[in-house]
Amino acid sequence: MSETIAKAHPHIDVKEFHPRAHAAIHNPKIRQNFRKAMDGLMAKRTAAFEGWDLETLRDLGANIRLKALSNLPDLLEQLEQKLTENGIKVHWAVDGDEACRIVRDICVARDAKSVIKGKSMVSEEMELNHYLQDQGIEALESDLGEYIVQLADETPSHIIMPAIHKNTGEISELLHEKTGTDLSNDVEYLTASARQQLREKFMNADVGVSGVNFAVAETGTLCLVENEGNGRMTTTVPKCHIAVTGIEKVVPSLEDVSALLALLTRSATGQHITTYFNMISSPRKGEELDGPEEVHVVLVDNGRSSIYQDDELLDTLRCIRCGACMNHCPVYTRVGGHTYGTTYPGPIGKILMPHLIGLDEGRHLPTASSLCGACGEVCPVKIPIPDLLVRLRQESVDGDRLHPAKVRGHGAKRSTGEALIWKGWAWMHASPGIYRLGTGVAARFRALQPSKAGAWTDYRTAPKLAAKTLHQRMKERGQ
Amino acid sequence: MSSRNIILQRLRNRTGGELTAPECDFSVLKRPDWSTTERIELFEKMIESVHGEVHHCTSDSWIERLAEILNTRGARNLMIPKQHTIGEAIKASERTDLPELLLYDEPIESWQPYLFNEVDASITSTRGGIAETGSLILWPTPDEPRLMSLVPPVHIAVLNASEIYTTFHEAMLAQDWASGMPTNALLISGPSKTADIEQTLAYGVHGPKELIVLVIE
Repeated sequence: MSETIAKAHPHIDVKEFHPRAHAAIHNPKIRQNFRKAMDGLMAKRTAAFEGWDLETLRDLGANIRLKALSNLPDLLEQLEQKLTENGIKVHWAVDGDEACRIVRDICVARDAKSVIKGKSMVSEEMELNHYLQDQGIEALESDLGEYIVQLADETPSHIIMPAIHKNTGEISELLHEKTGTDLSNDVEYLTASARQQLREKFMNADVGVSGVNFAVAETGTLCLVENEGNGRMTTTVPKCHIAVTGIEKVVPSLEDVSALLALLTRSATGQHITTYFNMISSPRKGEELDGPEEVHVVLVDNGRSSIYQDDELLDTLRCIRCGACMNHCPVYTRVGGHTYGTTYPGPIGKILMPHLIGLDEGRHLPTASSLCGACGEVCPVKIPIPDLLVRLRQESVDGDRLHPAKVRGHGAKRSTGEALIWKGWAWMHASPGIYRLGTGVAARFRALQPSKAGAWTDYRTAPKLAAKTLHQRMKERGQ
Repeated sequence: MSSRNIILQRLRNRTGGELTAPECDFSVLKRPDWSTTERIELFEKMIESVHGEVHHCTSDSWIERLAEILNTRGARNLMIPKQHTIGEAIKASERTDLPELLLYDEPIESWQPYLFNEVDASITSTRGGIAETGSLILWPTPDEPRLMSLVPPVHIAVLNASEIYTTFHEAMLAQDWASGMPTNALLISGPSKTADIEQTLAYGVHGPKELIVLVIE
């Protein structure tokens, strides 16, 4: 089991995808945990969209995201201006390291020793928890799933349900070992214990760090979607709140949020809405009796502006992080989230992570797919994920002279032998005489064809050439 | 150059050239004109499906119902707004079957442990409801601060039936949210919950275990 779990720290090797996939596929517990969860999520999503004109709604979602991206720099400036007017301090970070330093500096200025965190995938990208711990600042996750994952010193295996790879028994043992709760399969008891442990932490934390689901430019509003209430606690109880967000999360207006929210929660967990939709527009002001006295927003680029340069890759930035693509992915369901070895697993991870870590390091990501197309069909903002996977596959072998490769680390999988074979293939197909000669010779010597063809024939028989070529058979029929 | 300018410049000088914004047609979010009764029915159905509890009351009967709700739960106290008519009405009722009444009238710093450990229930007003998702709209104020609807294990909310909108989209346009947002605005749909342990639902993980809505018709 331990082989399949990606330790959060230090960096795990993304390149070890195949051994991890192999281990996960042969681990019945992992298979069961994911299969059960993903089947449930797919059914719930379908039920939640009943009665909706889903295609039209997805078109609207896609258009809203495209509208926002088409005007991204202006919207970011508008957002900054509005947030500043509202009393929220705005910071910009080129990469994850800079974002970590910004958070640390805010903590140091306040003499903060402890940080409580709401769920934030961007902070996972930044590896903020370990950074802060190295700086002597305690960082504790408060989302129950993230709390469990943190106690186990693991990383989330799903972007919405971080601890989905564990079953109740495993979680019970973990909580018993790390926090001293009784061993029990009673989820109510386990949840209540975590509530008590975390309430103490909320009261004493100096800073709350959260993510952002949507940042509204017209009003300077940060929107957070959650069920537990830990997001509200994180953004209300500590005296200082820091929200970290990718620069692509901005939308022009509140009206846009109403459509994206309708898509997000139904796509993610099949909920019509989450328990809490929390909209924050300023720190505590005037006569108000609670809420943080300071609110900061860190706008994190971390590779997004590179993705933004290319018309096709740009679609990656439409993502609203619902996780529907992984819930519906036959590969993800079988190998689980940790196999990918990346912050974002599953289809969205396969098209996003190569930009963040480079196609050389993430060379196995675009090919970890059967291109079945399910991810593209369920994406609430219609990201053409299969097309982008094909594009990244081309980039990883520098395959197409008409479309020069752009992604960092492109060409990492290019091999001279393969390139030569394709060159020959193209030459043969462009010359009818050579083509006939070639296929004729191949048909004649088909008995010499090897019956093993690498990993392909581990589970399949090798394809056999026909005894006669198409040309020969057509000729025999007198046509 | 500052990080801000580096990022903005990279976005402005994108190699792909200028992008055009597509039209956004929001009509897919619109619903037919439903009657108040239909909206109440849908609201009730939706919020009950996420473990919320609905009580139908009138402006004369709700305090009596409130007392019943608190007594069946053995609540030792109830936090009420100081100025809002809800709080005024509860105080003015002078009922002897209500538990001790508490006010949130000091900054949280001075009494946080008491709020977290000793308060059994709170009651707040709402700015309306949303039928389609079974949601309550709350804009916390100095009179009804943010933690009032989050920390006590039981949250009771008063909702006027005439203020139930069909969709979130309709509500935000009707109330013109775009013209100015408060410090904090909330949609609350049911009690706090989690499914992080093997997808088994458990309530009251960080916020209230119970959400009770008094619909005033």
